[in-house]
Amino acid sequence: MLELKNLYMTVYDENGPAKEIIRGINLVFEKGKVYAITGPNGGGKTSIAKLVMGIFSPTSGEIYLNGEEITQLNISERAHRGISYAFQQPPRFKGLTIEDLIKIARPGIDQLALRGTMRDVGLCPEDYLFRDVGPGLSGGEVKRVEIAQVLAREAEVSIFDEPEAGVDLWTIQKLIGILYSKFKNNPNAITIIITHNENILGICDEIIVVGNGMVQAQGTREEVWPLIKDDVECKMKEQCGELLTYEI
Amino acid sequence: MKFDNLSMELLNTITDLTQIPDGAVNIRVDGESIVRNSSAQVTITSREDGRGFSLVVKPGTQETIHVPVLITQAGIQETVYNTFNIGENSDITIIAGCGIHNPSHSDSKHDGVHEFVVGTGARLRYVEKHMGQGSGQGKRIMNPTTRITLHSGASAELEMTQIKGVDDTHRSTIAYIEDKATLKIVERLMTEGDQVAESDVKLNIVGKGGSGQIISRSVARDTSVQVFRASLLGQVECNGHVECDSIIMDKARISSIPELVAEDSEAVLTHEAAIGKIAGEQLIKLMSLGLMEQEAVDIIIDGFLR
Ligand SMILES: Nc1ncnc2c1ncn2[C@@H]1O[C@H](COP(=O)(O)OP(=O)(O)O)[C@@H](O)[C@H]1O
Ligand SMILES: [Mg+2]
Repeated sequence: MLELKNLYMTVYDENGPAKEIIRGINLVFEKGKVYAITGPNGGGKTSIAKLVMGIFSPTSGEIYLNGEEITQLNISERAHRGISYAFQQPPRFKGLTIEDLIKIARPGIDQLALRGTMRDVGLCPEDYLFRDVGPGLSGGEVKRVEIAQVLAREAEVSIFDEPEAGVDLWTIQKLIGILYSKFKNNPNAITIIITHNENILGICDEIIVVGNGMVQAQGTREEVWPLIKDDVECKMKEQCGELLTYEI
Repeated sequence: MKFDNLSMELLNTITDLTQIPDGAVNIRVDGESIVRNSSAQVTITSREDGRGFSLVVKPGTQETIHVPVLITQAGIQETVYNTFNIGENSDITIIAGCGIHNPSHSDSKHDGVHEFVVGTGARLRYVEKHMGQGSGQGKRIMNPTTRITLHSGASAELEMTQIKGVDDTHRSTIAYIEDKATLKIVERLMTEGDQVAESDVKLNIVGKGGSGQIISRSVARDTSVQVFRASLLGQVECNGHVECDSIIMDKARISSIPELVAEDSEAVLTHEAAIGKIAGEQLIKLMSLGLMEQEAVDIIIDGFLR
């Protein structure tokens, strides 16, 4: 179980005024469930993920993983405790290959699993294994490499930050299938997906709406959907003959 | 001739060799050629002035040649001139490199002048690794000079690496690229402590359809200093590209000075240069995969220089 208790975070910009970007977050994430965090841009979703990973430190409040307080642990220590985070905007690495990164993510991974992970995110190992994660990859490719790393970790807590962004329609469909098969009803995994994608929201057990640094709504898909439908649902659905929704 | 362990180890670090290789080979240790073998196609003989060797490859030869230099005694200072004549349509790999082990307080220095002529249609791959070891205050100094001429349709790739332990280096490389010939120079450099490294590369593309490329990757740590001058001259219709990419750390200093000179309206010359520190996001990413901060720094640097 992952627990966020009374988290607040104020950031001090170099010239601007102090800004409270996380304003009293209380959340409990349980094993075996897939959670979606959604809500407007700038609402605080990524900041919550960074607080969990240890990239940000809260101004006050605590974070617990399986009863152990991890608020003071650094990023590497949290990684070793089983937290894993696929960045919204992953950095590039000149000189490190996709294979290198996945092997760092999962030391000792065998070739078969390595290749499987790459295929899961739609990257053919023959073409991509030895590609540099540098300027030669497209944004969507970098994003898929990022997701592959978190899949390879098989961590207790997996957080995906807008996995759909920059990824083409075909890959999103495949991605949803992978997220579903790996995480849905997986008793060992806590899965948190930050997303605006209607179809990804569709596979989540619980939806948390974050805005203005606070949890604005939380509940099952059925409970929350009516509140966010207008913001999330594709307005052009009819033009596609209602075919947008992905059937599992 | 049997090497002692120190020489063998040094030889292994710069060439990956674990024994004296077959084929044409010249191994120079402490100022003397202690192994010299010619092969059927490649002859190595002393120059008339006695200050190096002359290596001649017959046309149409395919072979790997080893010519490393080791300095294991303190205080050796030498200048060596070697010439390489690569016959037409050959396909040759030359493994060179220089290792200095200097545990003493007097300076050791190797200045090597290599002159290459790559014949029409021949291919050359030249791999040179420089490294120094030893804990004394005596400096390990290397000043390599490379002159290379590529005849019509020849191609060459020079891979020059200096990763560790060389205190002071001034490298100078001059190339003449004739028609339809291709040259690619890849330099990798890491400096630390108060090391100083300077490199001047000048590619002259003199023949129509020639192409030249300089790729430099470097990391400067501590208070080390690097100066990199890359100059491309296009006298005719040709292609040239310079790419200098550096990671700067601590209190180091890097100057990167590219120069493009076109003397023909069909010459296409480009350069890219970037100097920057390791991005915080890269460190955070690798730490979130379980690495400690220092491990992450090392992996980023190793990858960058690979
Ligand atoms: N490091 C930071 N320094 C200052 N402000 C930040 C920082 N990171 C995020 N913010 C601000 O915090 C707010 C929430 O950002 P974020 O968590 O990225 O939102 P979301 O992921 O929901 O789009 C935004 O107003 C953003 O500009
Ligand atoms: Mg975000």
